Amino acid sequence: MNTSAPAAVFEGAPNAEAQSGLFSWVATVDHKRIGILYMLTTLCFFAVGGVEALLIRIQLVRPGNHFLSPDAFNQIFTMHGTTMIFLVVMPLLIGFANYLVPLMIGARDMAFPRLNAMSYWLLLFGGLLLHFSFLAGGAPAAGWFSYAPLSETPFSSTLGMYYWVVALLVLGIGSVATSINLIVTILTLRAPGLTIRRLPLFVWMVFVNSFLIIVALPALNASIVMLLIDRLLQAHFFLPAHGGSALLWQHYFWTFGHPEVYIMALPAFGMISEVIPVFSRKPIFGYEFVAASTVAIGLLSFGVWAHHMFAVGLGRYADMAFAVSSMLIAVPTGVKIFNWSATMWGGSIRLTTSMLFAVAFLIQFVIGGLSGITFTAVPIDWQVTDTYYVVAHFHYVLFGGTLFGILAGLYYWFPKISGRLLSERWGKVHFWLTVIGFNLTFFVQHILGLMGMPRRVFTYPDLPGWGWMNLLSTVGAFVLAASVLVLLWNIWITLRRGQPAGDNPWNAWTLEWATTSPPPEHNFDQVPPVNGRRPLWDLAHPENPDTSDSHRSADIPVRQSNAGQASRLPAEEIPQGAGWTRALHLELADRNVRAPMRPPEQLPEKNKAGMATFIVSEAFFFLMLIFAYLYYNARPMIGPLAANVLDARKTLIFTVCLLASSLTFWLAEKALHRNNLPAFHRWLALTIALGVVFILGQGREYMHLFDQGLRVGTDLFATTFFTLTGFHGLHVCIGLVGLLVVLGLGLAGEFKSRRTEAVTTIGLYWHFVDAVWIVVFSVIYLRLLL
Amino acid sequence: MQDISVFSPASPQGKAISDLFCAVLVICAVVLAIVTGLIAYSLVRCRARPGGGEPRQVFGSHRFEIAWTVVPFLVLMWIFALTVRAMRVSDPPEAGPPDLIVTGHQWWWEVRYAKPAFVTANEIHIPVGKPLSVRLTAADVIHDFWAPQLARKMDMIPGLTNHIWLQADKPGTYLGACAEYCGAEHAWMRFLVIAQPQSEFDAWAAHQAQPAAPSSGPEERGRQIFLEMTCANCHAIQGVSTVTNVAPDLTHLASRRTLGAGAAQNTPADLARWLKNPQAIKPACRMPNLNLTTPQVNDLLSFFEGLK
Repeated sequence: MNTSAPAAVFEGAPNAEAQSGLFSWVATVDHKRIGILYMLTTLCFFAVGGVEALLIRIQLVRPGNHFLSPDAFNQIFTMHGTTMIFLVVMPLLIGFANYLVPLMIGARDMAFPRLNAMSYWLLLFGGLLLHFSFLAGGAPAAGWFSYAPLSETPFSSTLGMYYWVVALLVLGIGSVATSINLIVTILTLRAPGLTIRRLPLFVWMVFVNSFLIIVALPALNASIVMLLIDRLLQAHFFLPAHGGSALLWQHYFWTFGHPEVYIMALPAFGMISEVIPVFSRKPIFGYEFVAASTVAIGLLSFGVWAHHMFAVGLGRYADMAFAVSSMLIAVPTGVKIFNWSATMWGGSIRLTTSMLFAVAFLIQFVIGGLSGITFTAVPIDWQVTDTYYVVAHFHYVLFGGTLFGILAGLYYWFPKISGRLLSERWGKVHFWLTVIGFNLTFFVQHILGLMGMPRRVFTYPDLPGWGWMNLLSTVGAFVLAASVLVLLWNIWITLRRGQPAGDNPWNAWTLEWATTSPPPEHNFDQVPPVNGRRPLWDLAHPENPDTSDSHRSADIPVRQSNAGQASRLPAEEIPQGAGWTRALHLELADRNVRAPMRPPEQLPEKNKAGMATFIVSEAFFFLMLIFAYLYYNARPMIGPLAANVLDARKTLIFTVCLLASSLTFWLAEKALHRNNLPAFHRWLALTIALGVVFILGQGREYMHLFDQGLRVGTDLFATTFFTLTGFHGLHVCIGLVGLLVVLGLGLAGEFKSRRTEAVTTIGLYWHFVDAVWIVVFSVIYLRLLL
Repeated sequence: MQDISVFSPASPQGKAISDLFCAVLVICAVVLAIVTGLIAYSLVRCRARPGGGEPRQVFGSHRFEIAWTVVPFLVLMWIFALTVRAMRVSDPPEAGPPDLIVTGHQWWWEVRYAKPAFVTANEIHIPVGKPLSVRLTAADVIHDFWAPQLARKMDMIPGLTNHIWLQADKPGTYLGACAEYCGAEHAWMRFLVIAQPQSEFDAWAAHQAQPAAPSSGPEERGRQIFLEMTCANCHAIQGVSTVTNVAPDLTHLASRRTLGAGAAQNTPADLARWLKNPQAIKPACRMPNLNLTTPQVNDLLSFFEGLK
């Protein structure tokens, strides 16, 4: 029974918190409570975004309507997009991941519970900050994509843009932090036997998704930081009138923006990949293909950004290259669709509300995907981009796809979260209203776009057909609103007097169903043995377990399972309801299940894994800033150039100091390993001193530039130079604080017990900061030295 | 179909796109039918029956999975081939100097013809059957030039220039609009393309190149108001005020069909309303309410009605 010990013990998670009352929710670090907080918060923001959508549809109900002023309409569509993307879809998926991932991998909690709580509060306050703009002189009105130069001060002078930028920074930091947390959780806290190749597909997709977030969000963060510098410090990154580039914003924004589309889709794909097999009573068809296609989508999503820019006039060959990459990304997406359909084929389908939403997801997502294909044929994009056809397309993907997937997931996991089954009767009403309302609202928008109706217009001329189609769309939006009310009613009555769910109401196979509903604070009394992808199937079908990782060979198209011949377990005989866990444990005890165990997997240390993941994210942030420096300094420029004002030789001296500090840190670590603490402290102190010398050197250089009259906004050299070196300097300062803390811990005797994770972790960061400087120095100064 | 402008092209460029679109839609319809068919079959034939037990556990099939990786890939490469061909026809490369330069402003279109040289606004005339080379740029923020029946959409970017060919095979009036969100009045940034037989076009162009006719009576009073009330600071009228490109050129205002880039029709009644308070018709537009008196408006109206 060595496999059934609790998967992980968290010395960090405080247990002193009260178990009930409002404060217990404020102070909680329990991933399940945080997951619920995410869901409730996003529900509130969903209501806000939904009301904004209704206002948009009321204004567009007939041509020449005067319900909203143009400015109010523009604020509302900007806020609708921003809210739905950053405050609803992303955090809702993150909320589900928060609740489910530790349960699905048999862990006690997330890797960093306090960081997890911080991410949630960043979401809440980021969202409140964004919406406070309504009271502070007007919400942002430049669209969720905030194209420059429209988003710059000369064209958007209200405070709204500042709220947009700062709120997105806050939300972005929260999303990156959660994603690091999820990656490290999945890497380091899996139950024994749960190898990467056995992870539930939802966990797989959250894993890939988290990588997308830590790489894509820095692109957004870099671009909004640049926009903020333009607005606050009178710089001109994106102002063509002063030599800036309106197009760089678009490249940067879509470098984030297209992966973002998949960030909003992948976890929903994961939900569908859990729901369809369980309600078809078959394993997912082609697990490896579904998982690998997710990785393929993740990688390709960084090579397709310019398909948002086909109308920009990038030139024929650029357009063709991005057409090909965009077509390629359809292939792994198509693989998923076919694998899901094949999972249903030959199954024993139970059309629960959850499954109904999954089926509607499949068909609507295919429609959205196929209209997406039309954009990859570049000339079609030249016609339909920025029209209502696009609005229809991405609502089919994000609403008809992602949101339907989430609803399938909600009906599926609600019993686990609340302990009660949502009413199937109200569920069906909810389902049909949603399907009808959704298709009514968005299908006609395809045709409106083809008729020539541009996006983001607050009104339109009375052309043939435009009036009644818009009316139809508005009616559909109200049907959708009604469907949301039905869902809320269903949740309400279920919480009051819903049917108790038991541990495993759907007879599902993944670990979260092996504990009580709702799970105890510590998640599992006992984690069942994991010898395959469906641990609970293995327990219920000892005669036909999924023990082997590879269930089929390439030359036999369909593996003849021998499940039935031995003993086909009728569904009623499978232990259900509250007794499930007990039965499971009894069975474990009875049979003394002992899997053919491999040597236990060596899981990485969580602090080091966390820092490594963080460094990946930071590297992409610096990559964006470095690219911006190269881009602007390669162009002819008015104003002082690097060669005129920089003294590369002096900087070289400080550079040597910083690089030497990496060496001294390495020596400090060696001393620590030899348990020579005095030497460790000396080398560490020297490291800090060298870092301080570097910072002083940089300060001296800045003073010298200021004396020459150079300011951040003077010209694009000054702007990019101060931005790049300033952010690096900030990182050096943070590193110094970290080193000082480590030194303090050392002097306090913390490392006598050879628990040296803090040292290695901060060391990784320090080496990273040095490595970034090598690149920055090469980019800015090396040319001047040679 | 006639109202669906993307599918009723009036130029070879538009036709190439429309044909490509139809081909791709047919392919998409086939794919949708296959997937829906698969799902529908499963839903009908593979439903759980009471006491039916667990179905056969099938874990996948590499043969099938490779098939539905490779076949879609081939179909997409076929679409790519069609795409490349249509790109060539629908957006031929620039050749020679432009026949006209269109500049996007918040929220109107400056249209500058090369030969004969003149400037107009929000209305583009072209000779039937002859492709005109059009250079596109923007004065403030990004706009997008889109006449769906005639040509591809193309962004107008401050600091950069873009190019399209504009052509119509049949005489008529074609609708156009700004397709890139450009601020408060993005909705009322529309334009007209009017295709005329060559002789008619030539006559129109020759007339547009003339300065405004001399005026007398109430027209002359209106001209004085135009100069005194700061109208002339932004609007040019050839022969009356110096050239600027801050606001639409009004030299032949009376010959145009719309006001405020589509916000109103260019009728005397609407023009009077516009002069009274443009903000009531097109809120946030750059033209302020000058609080003109009714006699001033009437005099201005006579002056503008004379600018044929």
